[in-house]
Amino acid sequence: MLQFPRWKVVLILLVVIGGVAYALPNVFPSKTMADVPDWLPHKQVNLGLDLQGGAHLLYEIDEKQLVDDWLKTLRGETRSALRDDRIGYTNLQANPKTKSVSVRIRDNSDFDKAVSALKELSVPIDTSGFGMSGERNISVQGGENRTVTLTITDAGLTQRINGAIESSIETIRRRIDAFGTSEPSIQRQGRDRILVQFPGIQDVQRLKGLINETGKLDFQMVDPSANPQEVEASKRPPAGSILTYSADDAKIPYVLKDDVLVSGENLVDAQPGFDGRTGEPIVSFRFDSTGAKRFARATQENVGLPFAIVLDGKVISAPRIQEPILGGSGQISGNFTVEEANDLAILLRSGALPAKLTPIEERTVGASLGADSIASGKRAAVIAVIAVAVFMVLAYGLFGLFADLALLLNAILIFAALSLIGATLTLPGIAGIVLVIGISVDSNVLIFERIREEVRAGKSPLAAIDAGYSRAMATIIDSNVTTLISTLVLFWLGSGPVRGFAVTLCIGILCSMFTAVTFSRMIVAFWLRWTRPQVVPI
Amino acid sequence: MFRGFSFVPPDTKVDFVGMRGISFFVSALMMVLSLVALQTYGLNYGIDFEGGTLIEISTKSQEADLAELRSSLNALDIGEVQIQRFGAPNDVLIRIQEQGTEKAQAASVEKVKGVLGDTVDYRRVETVGPTVSSELIYMGTIAVVVAMLAILVYVWLRFEWQFAVAAIAALTHDVVGAIGLFCILQLEFNLAALAAILTIIGYSLNDTVVVFDRIRENLRKYRKLPMADLIDLAINETLSRTLLTHFTTFLAVLALYLWGGKVIENFNIAMLFGIIVGAYSSIFVAAPLLLILGMRRDWGASSTTKRPKSGMPASV
Repeated sequence: MLQFPRWKVVLILLVVIGGVAYALPNVFPSKTMADVPDWLPHKQVNLGLDLQGGAHLLYEIDEKQLVDDWLKTLRGETRSALRDDRIGYTNLQANPKTKSVSVRIRDNSDFDKAVSALKELSVPIDTSGFGMSGERNISVQGGENRTVTLTITDAGLTQRINGAIESSIETIRRRIDAFGTSEPSIQRQGRDRILVQFPGIQDVQRLKGLINETGKLDFQMVDPSANPQEVEASKRPPAGSILTYSADDAKIPYVLKDDVLVSGENLVDAQPGFDGRTGEPIVSFRFDSTGAKRFARATQENVGLPFAIVLDGKVISAPRIQEPILGGSGQISGNFTVEEANDLAILLRSGALPAKLTPIEERTVGASLGADSIASGKRAAVIAVIAVAVFMVLAYGLFGLFADLALLLNAILIFAALSLIGATLTLPGIAGIVLVIGISVDSNVLIFERIREEVRAGKSPLAAIDAGYSRAMATIIDSNVTTLISTLVLFWLGSGPVRGFAVTLCIGILCSMFTAVTFSRMIVAFWLRWTRPQVVPI
Repeated sequence: MFRGFSFVPPDTKVDFVGMRGISFFVSALMMVLSLVALQTYGLNYGIDFEGGTLIEISTKSQEADLAELRSSLNALDIGEVQIQRFGAPNDVLIRIQEQGTEKAQAASVEKVKGVLGDTVDYRRVETVGPTVSSELIYMGTIAVVVAMLAILVYVWLRFEWQFAVAAIAALTHDVVGAIGLFCILQLEFNLAALAAILTIIGYSLNDTVVVFDRIRENLRKYRKLPMADLIDLAINETLSRTLLTHFTTFLAVLALYLWGGKVIENFNIAMLFGIIVGAYSSIFVAAPLLLILGMRRDWGASSTTKRPKSGMPASV
């Protein structure tokens, strides 16, 4: 007990000093810490969104739309593959329910040729990293009645979703960066979800608008032969045309040709600006060379006719083509406010999302509530520490004081660990720390009660203390492991704030094993060596 | 040199095991009451598990007029809107029920915001869609079951199966009791409440294990002592520790309850209850159950020649 090898003392003191050094930055305001040189510990605990205010938005990608879009493309590919090989077919259709496209080959003699031609449409999936898995994104099967079915495989769908999620994250990042908000976190969650978090609260409504819009821009001709009001009443647009509404609240009906002249993919730039003549906010854009050519041809052919600029299936504006637009640039005006023009330009510049994102969970916390939570959390923690510390001294006298030192160090180490691993402190996280304050003295209570028993059994102070520490050890480990088990489950299950609770509780329990056992033992050992007591004041 | 005060006299000898008739009755009564409450009142699920929207607002200057809010928001045709005061007189909590689809949900929030306007401070707005809420229910159930199983296995490995069964019985007792509390007080059952239940599981077990450790030690030490006395001795020997530890934790959580703010109030109520019921169940449920499950003395005997299973000596 008295023998504490020098290296052990040094090691313990190093941990203590390191703990203080890494916890210390949290005492200062973050502005002060910005001036601290890099070689000094300067990381502060990240505050969770519930403490600093902010938005937590969870989106789910529209899998059905992805499948529908894919089937549409696949149907087109099937058609051209069969045409290229001059194979007659009927009954070409997409079946979203079975995620497949089926086609019937007219001539029996063409059947094998058709199957092998359509097999060319599938692509191997590289799941193993070596391209050896043999799985393909589409399975092509010949069935009865000369029917060929092309079915999207599960692996193919997963691959498509992965791609869509990745490009969505890129697009969202571009949009938010263009908006200029501070450090958003955008990450994938699970199979088909994206979690977007903004610290601090800005204009959440506008940010949400930027993510919720798919941002698919199409230029389409207005069908001059149809009367929109009549079509709206009958809901039956002429063949090759579709019924669409304007984006504003008035919901003006338009009948548009189904063919897209040019789409947003061909845009290279979009900037907000003002119309030189009327002074109203506009968005000016520029096409790439393919887009410019197509747009030039379309406008040449349709001078005098109106065309529509369609964003996500809604008409923004439908100007009349005054003259052919050959330069590949133009402008969109649609009674925008400055803010709207700005946001539209961001949407167009960042490109379209591969599919619609539906918000399935949204949590926003205002800065005032966050500040209140920090204040009440701090107050509760300080009161808890004082109450527990006073009680420990009442119960164990001088040894209670030792336990209090261990408690203090534990609190310091928790903050050091949180800063070091870059964990996020949430309100439940503060609750976790307060709970740990209560729990962590437990190890000392176990030890001290043991010492009391040993003293009563007539042992000398040194022997009693020694036995107290070593005998309580197994119990301490057992009892802490059980708490850790439920904490780990909580971490695995939890999201956001609840996970913060699990993190602080877990760190706190681990640190308490060090502070309450090793550290307090060292203090007691020094005290024994200096005072050589005849009785244990416990 | 000042010494501490023994809150529990060293020679305390309470016949806890002898009281098992009464204590089992009390526990059974509590569990039955909890289950009845669950049947009749049910859990008051928060938006985490039921979906819907929670809006906390703070009227800037004057006190919030709940009656006026209630009539104007319930006229919106978005189902029932619950309105309650939340702490301070100008803080109000508004709960909109789940609207079926994510789109309708967003629209309902906009409607409410339209009525409230810019005159109030939006302290938080939380919307949970039907997909997420059903997943959270699933994950929550899994978590509680996995935690229980993991603990069962751990206790089984470290002790014997009787200990594991007794520990799980005590935990079930605590969890059912906590759920009963939520039903009777109609506290909102949300993710934080679930976290509280998992914490109660860990914390209550912590205590049970300490008593079990001592029982195992005594099995080795006192070969001739009758089982009931042996268990009683272990409980009495650890009683001071049990009460002190629970008291310090209770103090800490009480501070959280009194000064920690409204947002995690339910968590704290559940924890306060869990700390008390956890101490009770270790002493009055888990330990006496061992007697009924048939504890064998040879565990202690065998360990004089052989170390306990896990290789870590229970005491040296």
